[in-house]
Amino acid sequence: MMLKKTACEMLTVLVIGLIAVFVFPNYVAFYTVISSTIYVSLAILALSLALVWGYGGILCFGQAAFFGLAGYTYAVGAFNFEVTAYAAVIAVIVPVIFSAVLGYFMFYGRLNDVYLGVITLTVTLILFKLANSTAGDIYTIGNARLGGFNGMPGTPLLANPFGNGEPLSPHALFVLATVLLLLSYFGCRWLLSTRFGRVMVAIRENETRAELLGYDSRRYKLIFFCVGAGIAGISGMLFANAVFVSPTMFSLNYTAQILIWVIVGGLGTLMGPVIGCIVLQVITAYLGKTGLIDPSAALGLILIVFVLLVPKGLLPLLTELPDRIRQRKKLLSAEPAASDKGEQQ
Amino acid sequence: MKQSRRTFLKSTVAVGAASLAGPALIGTAHAADDTIKIANITDVSGGLDIYGQPQVACLELAVDEVNANGGVLGKQVELIKYDPQSNIQLYTQYATEAATREQVSAVFGGVTSASREAIRPLLRRYNTLYFYPTLYEGGVCDRNFFCNGSTPAQTIEVLMPFVMEKFSGKKVYVIAADYNYGWISAKWVKHYTEANGGEVLDTEYFPLDVTDFGATIKNIQAAKPDILFTLLVGGNHMSFFRQWASAGLAGKIPMASSDFGVGNEHIVLTPEESNGMVAAYAYMQELETTANTAFLERLRAKFGDDTPYVNELAVSAYNAFYHWVGGVERAGTTDRLAVIKALEDGTPFNGPGGRSVIDPRTHHAILDVHIGEVENNAFRVLESHSQRPPSDTAQFCDLLSNPNDNQQYVIGTKA
Amino acid sequence: MDYIIVLILQVLYSVASLALVCAGLAVVFGMMRVINLAHGEFIMLGGFTTVLSANAGVPLMIAILVIAPLAVGIAGYLIERLVVRHLYGRMVDTMLATWGLSLLLVGLATMVFGNQVAGVAAPFGSVTIGAYGVSLYDVFVIGITIAVLVASYFVLAHTNLGLIARGAMQNPEMASSLGASPARIYSVTFTAGAALSGLAGGILAPLSGVVPTMGAAFVAKAFITVITGGASILTGTITASGILGGISTLTTFAINPVIGDVALLLTAIILLRFLPYGITGRFFRGAN
Repeated sequence: MMLKKTACEMLTVLVIGLIAVFVFPNYVAFYTVISSTIYVSLAILALSLALVWGYGGILCFGQAAFFGLAGYTYAVGAFNFEVTAYAAVIAVIVPVIFSAVLGYFMFYGRLNDVYLGVITLTVTLILFKLANSTAGDIYTIGNARLGGFNGMPGTPLLANPFGNGEPLSPHALFVLATVLLLLSYFGCRWLLSTRFGRVMVAIRENETRAELLGYDSRRYKLIFFCVGAGIAGISGMLFANAVFVSPTMFSLNYTAQILIWVIVGGLGTLMGPVIGCIVLQVITAYLGKTGLIDPSAALGLILIVFVLLVPKGLLPLLTELPDRIRQRKKLLSAEPAASDKGEQQ
Repeated sequence: MKQSRRTFLKSTVAVGAASLAGPALIGTAHAADDTIKIANITDVSGGLDIYGQPQVACLELAVDEVNANGGVLGKQVELIKYDPQSNIQLYTQYATEAATREQVSAVFGGVTSASREAIRPLLRRYNTLYFYPTLYEGGVCDRNFFCNGSTPAQTIEVLMPFVMEKFSGKKVYVIAADYNYGWISAKWVKHYTEANGGEVLDTEYFPLDVTDFGATIKNIQAAKPDILFTLLVGGNHMSFFRQWASAGLAGKIPMASSDFGVGNEHIVLTPEESNGMVAAYAYMQELETTANTAFLERLRAKFGDDTPYVNELAVSAYNAFYHWVGGVERAGTTDRLAVIKALEDGTPFNGPGGRSVIDPRTHHAILDVHIGEVENNAFRVLESHSQRPPSDTAQFCDLLSNPNDNQQYVIGTKA
Repeated sequence: MDYIIVLILQVLYSVASLALVCAGLAVVFGMMRVINLAHGEFIMLGGFTTVLSANAGVPLMIAILVIAPLAVGIAGYLIERLVVRHLYGRMVDTMLATWGLSLLLVGLATMVFGNQVAGVAAPFGSVTIGAYGVSLYDVFVIGITIAVLVASYFVLAHTNLGLIARGAMQNPEMASSLGASPARIYSVTFTAGAALSGLAGGILAPLSGVVPTMGAAFVAKAFITVITGGASILTGTITASGILGGISTLTTFAINPVIGDVALLLTAIILLRFLPYGITGRFFRGAN
């Protein structure tokens, strides 16, 4: 049953992904392509936490740190290198190295649970403060001014390293982002299907038992954490191209948003957070255009109502819906009185 | 075979391009209606709403006035409003939507420099005029871009000699917000202090989330300056003035600023805390000119009890719209290049704060600058300086000889 | 000499105000394991209540010490009833709900109060120590923090209510089978936590810019301090605020506020690395 569901999900993702790459950008307006690129790049960020938290059980408040670090690395690299693709590659490597150091520090110190969350949050805030305090002229790396609060405008865009050096068109950037999302997703699926991934889930379920069976949970967590950081890095690199790099990438706002995407989409699923991210982005953008009600009040209300009424998240709700309807139908045909009772509960 | 594949590819690309262009064509058809669309992208919620709300109010007033008088080129102006909620990512999305889907003739807005630099390159790429109505650190040089607010040199140039004479002081201590605006303005304070024979004792920078200023207050007292120049920004930084006053220092050391008041500092703070602060702006609500009195009456008639306190940022938004209207009328079309040329002809607009002229070399505004002193939650205007040029940006930027320039220069003080 | 006295006062003030800002969060987190992300907005509400009632003519001290905690306490009670109650034991969900609450409160405050509310000045005036002016209100903040901590200690250690609360904290099942209703305990705790946050907001109102978004500056710092403090509410809050506040103030004096903040955060990380359950996780088993 479980396996069938996963296969079903993978197939759906593949089909939607192919449509997104080959059909979607040709039939929607230009601004939709631009917005979609932003959504997709953030969806990769959601996916990174979906993996680390949902399957690894690591409550990480620091995905924004890797995200921002990748953005800054890309921008600094892009200002300094002829070939911006090098900057993009380094932008994914740097967060992985950073996460390896941070993860070693935490996991080999046997930190867990909310304490781990606080350390990752603190690290993110430190980066936020440091990035914010780089407004002075001395904070220049090669040709790149870090710019403090104002960020790094005018960052050269990613170019095809095998092409003529022209930056990628918005359309091409969208395709690249979507392909990277698909690759990340199937990469995660593959990882989870390996022996390594299954051990990781076992550790999430019961760490002591897994350790007694001879698995060194620290090592597994560290590697998982680094993979998550790498995926967040891909997201940050794309975001640097789609929007631009500024300290807000490290802000508490982003940190909390990522958690919210995961909870809204469904913790313990991979696609749920991706859907949660995109849905919330669309709502946020829509609220800013209506002007009827303060958007932050509306968004706050939505979150509260959501957590009270849809506690498991969107994806589980959607996938369970057919089952529920079937059950209800069965009940209806067998014993109408019982279903009435069910409705009243 | 090879040939046919290439043909196939070509035709696919063509179909793709056509479907991309499709909505755009429909958009143009829309724009040919009897309205002219413009867009406003300004934060009216989130942390920056304090700056954005009065700007939007004044822009709405300007649009209403023009429409009531028959519109532009005989057409009504349709204002599309976006609220990016103090979130830079939404600026990117809305600017793209306004320019490519709505095909607006001009975009007004942006509060922080970060938000401006996020959308300015986009609007240039999409050939959509961009007006930025906020005072900022200066230096943007882009023919598609117009700044209607003041820049540091414009205000500090007249403010510094004024306060040094008024308080007969030579030793200045600067506390500034830790970002580009603070850093660059602090350079200008130092420059004009030294040009007037004074010295800057020390400059301290504070991140925007600092709320505890105890250490600085002790440092300032130890340094004993004659004048304290503040370039603090935002709600958190208001704590400085509170803590300063509660340490018994209010009025002990005279204070001056080039940005105190645009975040409603002088309203939120009590008179004991803010009285005596001297600031310079291209507009103050308390100006007693006939133009301003009439402007405030119209604003009050439109918004009633919800009328915001109006500062330079808000009036710059008002001026920006009228400059655009004038440019379109003189060009006789909304075509971008024709409007730019018309705006570069130096025709003044007499706004509530005085005369505003667009300098053709920098696309920044030449403005009347007013010096005022805070007195019981309002400014008392002390003196006005007519037609101050944006000399800081002009050091680097000359769009007449270099019309394809497109960057923000980091302004030094080589004046 | 005068510099040393001023420096010590400043350190004490920073520690006290940090402890004050943390107290409400510490109560709620320590007793209920609820991470209240709307904590900063409770402080903001306390600030607005104080400012508005003072502007309406209520004596400032009554506004700060009575009305602010009362109003925010009532708001906390209602919020517990409507939202938080349904989510006990689901730490992650409460985080989401309280984050939503934080957004909602900021939005509502913007719509209701706006950005133009005139503030109140700090009372009591100042004294001069050598070359420095020192605010007497700072001294008042130090005093009131000590009073709040002593009162909390008294409630926890010497009253029936405190006994039940500590019991429920250490072993909720046991407490409930002994007849204490967890729902009531949680309700009282959350209300008390909210009231403490309201009090903090009231006390800070004369020293800060009271605007709808002011809460954001407090929540992360408070959260980090509370977790660093560990399981024991009082000792944890006091030691963590003491260490973190002290280090941050001294580095701010010596270098600048950025380094001050970074020093605070780094200290928290190092403390947590070597004391993985917070400062009081290992040494103090008691609940006070």
